Order: sequence, then C-alpha cells, then structure tokens
Amino acid sequence: MNPIIDLQGITKKYFIGQTNEFSALNGINVKIPEGEFVSIIGESGSGKSTLMNIIGALDRPTDGRYVLDGLNVGDENDHELSGVRNRKIGFVFQTFNLIPRMSALRNVELPMAYAKVSRQERSTRARELLELVGMGDRLSHQPNELSGGQKQRVAIARAMANNPAIVLADEPTGALDTATGHLVMDIFHKLHKEEGKTIVLITHSPELAAETQRIIALRDGVVINEREGSGVRGQSA
Amino acid sequence: MSIIENIRLAFSSLIANKMRAVLTMLGIIIGIGSVIGIMTMGNSLSGYMSSSMQSLGTNNVTIYLQDKTDEEERTENGFAQAQSYGASTGAAMSAEGATQPVIPEEDLISSEMLAQVREEFGDVIDFISITDTVGSGSTTDGKKYANLSLLGVSTDYAQANSVEMQAGRFLSSRDIDGNRKVAVVSEKLAESMFGTSDPLGQQIFITTEAHSGVYTIIGVYWYKADVMSQGVQSSEKNLSTNVYIPLSIANMITGNNGNQSVTIVTKPGSDSIAFATEVEQYFNDVFYARNQDYQISAFSMEDMMQTMVDLMATLEIAISAIAAISLLVGGIGVMNIMLVSITERTREIGTRKALGATNGEIRMQFIVEAIIICLTGGLIGIGLGVLIGAAGASLLGFPANPSLFAILLATGFSTVIGLFFGYYPANKAAKMDPIEALRYE
Repeated sequence: MNPIIDLQGITKKYFIGQTNEFSALNGINVKIPEGEFVSIIGESGSGKSTLMNIIGALDRPTDGRYVLDGLNVGDENDHELSGVRNRKIGFVFQTFNLIPRMSALRNVELPMAYAKVSRQERSTRARELLELVGMGDRLSHQPNELSGGQKQRVAIARAMANNPAIVLADEPTGALDTATGHLVMDIFHKLHKEEGKTIVLITHSPELAAETQRIIALRDGVVINEREGSGVRGQSA
Repeated sequence: MSIIENIRLAFSSLIANKMRAVLTMLGIIIGIGSVIGIMTMGNSLSGYMSSSMQSLGTNNVTIYLQDKTDEEERTENGFAQAQSYGASTGAAMSAEGATQPVIPEEDLISSEMLAQVREEFGDVIDFISITDTVGSGSTTDGKKYANLSLLGVSTDYAQANSVEMQAGRFLSSRDIDGNRKVAVVSEKLAESMFGTSDPLGQQIFITTEAHSGVYTIIGVYWYKADVMSQGVQSSEKNLSTNVYIPLSIANMITGNNGNQSVTIVTKPGSDSIAFATEVEQYFNDVFYARNQDYQISAFSMEDMMQTMVDLMATLEIAISAIAAISLLVGGIGVMNIMLVSITERTREIGTRKALGATNGEIRMQFIVEAIIICLTGGLIGIGLGVLIGAAGASLLGFPANPSLFAILLATGFSTVIGLFFGYYPANKAAKMDPIEALRYE
C-alpha cells in the first residue's frame, strides 16, 4: 500500500546564494501510511516547523519529492496548493486560529465554503462534526465566548470539515492547561481509532509524542531517531 | 465562497467596528451627499422652471425698448435680458415700472409698427400680446381687502400667457374698442373679496398710485405663481395678483400711446429663437435706424429657458468637481482603513489561506468589504443629499424633485470608488505569505 505521506530527500534552504544561506532541512525521508498517528518531535530550531509547513503544503521544498495522497505537491502552483490545503489537509494550530466574529458552526463551515460545498450540506456536516468533538451545544457561540479547550475542539472539527487525507496538528495542547490538553488529545485518539484518520502531531513534548504510534525525532534538519510509541493515551491522566 | 457570503462577512466586520466604519464613510457621505443635494435642487429648479415656462409659453418672443446708453451693460446672457424684461414688463415688478423715466412717445413701439411687423412675418407670428402696466395697488370694500397689480392688456394676452379661465370670459376686442371699464381678476382675489358668492358682474373699486376707478368683473382666471415673483412672494394674505383691464383704458390712465414692450407669440413649430434675432434686426433696421436714444431688443422664452437650464448645469458641474475632491479624499480614507484592517487581520488571512482560500478569494473578500463601505456611505449620502436638496428646494419655493439619474450614478460611483481604492489593499492581503501571516503577532 502506498503511504499517504511520502517525503523523499526533502531539503529546504533559505537565502540561497547569499552569505547567510542556511538549510533548515537536510534530506528528510519519511513515509507515513494511511491511518497512522505519528508525531514529529524536536527542539526549536530542529526544523520541525519547516517540515510542518512543507507537509501542510504551505511551502515547497527546495529539493526532494513530496507526494501527498498520490499527488506530487512540489509540482503544484499557488492556486493548486490552496486546493491541496483545502481538501487534503486539516490544520489544528496551537493558537486555535478561529475566525473572530464567526460562530462555531460558521467556523467549521468555512473550509467547506472554500470547497464550494452547498450551504445545506455544509451546515449538516458542520453540526455532525461539532457533535463528534462534543461541541453540539455550542453551535452559535462565537470564539470569544468559548474556553481554550472548547476553541480547540471547534478547530479540530474545522480541520475535519472536508474529510482531509491528514490532520496536521501543530502543538495543539501548547496553549492549554494539562487537563484540557488531555481532553484534546482524547479527541485525536478518538478520530484516529473511530474515524481511521491519519494524524501528524508536531510537538516538542516527549510525553505527548509517546501517546502516538510512531515518534520521528528531528535535530538540525535531519531525522535522528524513529521509534514506536504506545499509541494510547498516557497513564499519567 | 459566494458573493452573498462575502457581503455578509463585510457587514459583520463593519458592525464590529461601527465608529471606524462611520468615520471612514464620512468622506464618501459628504461627497455623494453634496452632489445629490445640488442635483436634487437643480433638478427641482429646472423641472419647476420648464413647467412654469411652458405655461408662460415657449413660443413667446418679447421685444422691448432699450436705452442705447445701456448697451455696454448688455450681454449675450439671456439672464440679463430676462432681468431687464422683468424690469420693463414683469407684472410682479410693476412697481418698478412706475419709477422708470418717461420715454418720448415717438420712441415707443407703436401699433403701426406692429401691424407692419405682423404683415412682414405673417407666416411666423400667431398673435401679438400688448401689456401696459398701470401699477400696483389694492381693492377694498371697506372691510375686505386684496393686493393687486393693474395691467392693461390686449385680447391676445390670455393666449400668450396661458391664462386659464375659471369663470366668465377674458377681455374681448369690443371691451378694448369700446373702452369698457371691465376687469378680469384671479380666483384668489375673488375669493378674498366675495367669498363663495359669484364674483361675475360684481363691481370692484381699484386704487393705484396713479389711478382709482370702479370696474365690473367679467371673468375669473386661475392664479398661477410666477417664476419671476417666486422668491418675493409673501404670505397668502398679502398675495398680489394681476387684474387685467382693457389696454385702451390703461393707455388712457398712463398716457402711453405706444408700448415699451410687446410679446409676440410665434406659431407652433416655428423657430422662436431665430425669429427673435430676425425681428430684432427688422425693428432696428426699419424703425429705429435713425433713433439716437433707443433700440429694440428681443429674446425668446425658449432661449431664456435654455440659458437658465445651462446655468444650472454649469453650477452642477462646479459643485460636482468639488464633490469629486471630497470623494477622492474619502476613497483614500477607505484605502487607508482597509490597509489597517488587513494588517490587523493578518492572522485571519493566514488562517483562511491554510484552510484553502485562494489568493483570488482573499482578494474578493476585501474588495467586497471596501465596496460595501463605499456603497453604504454612498447610500447614506444619497439619503442625506435628497433631504438637503428637498429642504433647499422647498426653501426656495419649488417642489422637490430628486434626480433618479443622479441617484443611480452616485450608487454606481460609490461602487467604483470601493473597487478602485479597495483593490490595492485587497491585493496586498491576497499576496500575503500564509506562513508569515500565521506567525504574525
């Protein structure tokens, strides 16, 4: 079976040809099969943010091949990359990034609006997703009326809107207290087990990474270690 | 992302920043408001003017005696001519007529001259209306009282000036030839003097500075406000209306054996502007070639109306030019606030891009927002302008008549301003790097 994410010799260089040229990524080879819950771990400056941007189709590699769900992302132009992000990737950010002054429901509908899904269908699906993350009773609440954990659950529902190939979560618990963070992690586990989602978790926390099935550790733009994780919620809760 | 959703989004962002939105719109509101205001006033004026001129008759050509020493003051401007017309014959200004210097009889326009002109231009002239202004005065029966202007007129006057009869008849040639002391009064005067009882056959006692006498009412006409007297008209109670008496009687009172001015009505379909030039030429060549002191001037109502409309149009252009500057400043204000808004919402833009918004969709979102700001401002401006224009029109005494064309134009123009000044900020938003935008604090 083809992996859903196939990174082959990915490098990313900045300021090419200038005196301050530097490489953020130096030949990353990673394959992630469909349905895997994987974490990418590393200190700041390890290149994990750069790798996340490339996996998330926000950026193109300087060299190497990135195949996402059978699509060579490196060949796409800006307009096509928007489409890739829209349909194939569900982003979950550390700072939630809900659109202010839009209700939870409308926030979840947003990726579907960009995908030109009919209004009726959008509303139905957004409701289902909010139910799934336990936010079914907060449909018309605006982001400033929600707690951090609630915001992040809305954001996860939004990430799932177009049924993407992968959910890409960047420090999803970074702005939450431990207990709330665990609740959010529970949702990722649920999505992984019940929905069979491929989830890529970017974190600097070894405890969080240990909950995933596989841990890819980065340092100085290379993969220094790959090991199995428990794949279940930690007993620390 | 449909246009409707973008419009909804734009409104919600306006509502979130109400104060800022209103201040931003102010330039647009003032610009559009002043254009619509002046256009409403202009449209009301020209609409009123053409309808009241129509009733005066666009086929009318007025010829009048002019002192040659005035020549230097004379301009090609019909408005100046209209003013001298008003001074020499205008019923509303008849008081002024009384103070005019006495013109020697041999210099006046005589009935012989008119007969010759009628023969010469028989195919163009419909009829000739002659007026001899006696002066302003009043009538009273001891208890009741009414102001009036006493005018001696020929039988053609009614047709030349579109006098419409309510009851009785207008002056006939037998009234004039027989020097009958009869009068045609306005329904306003009849009402204030006789109330509901029939005024026909009643006698009224008329007093002016130079004359007093008793006249029998033979007809009542519908009073129409005069475009010339509009601004001067006082309250209903003091309203001064024209009382028409036979020209022969008036000539006896004033001692005039000729006329200072005459209204010639051209036949329908004839070119009254060209006729005015021809008849002026004819008079000056044939009758006044050797006159040292006086000459004849002529103007057509049509020409005068055109001049007034042109004048208003010029005024509209001038105001519009000033408003255009206000709109330019307003547009720059919109651009400025859009740039601020985009900077504030950098993270939102980044998020939208991460969720799959294309550059085009981001651009569209902010262009729609700029257009909504301008359009909302424009609509408020239109409302305000119509109100100001209507208030101005009613203050000057004519019915308000908002210009639909101007309203549509203003709506379109607001949209164009939004598009023009919104494009640059929107494009800036569209071109943001999503990674940078997401990281923006």
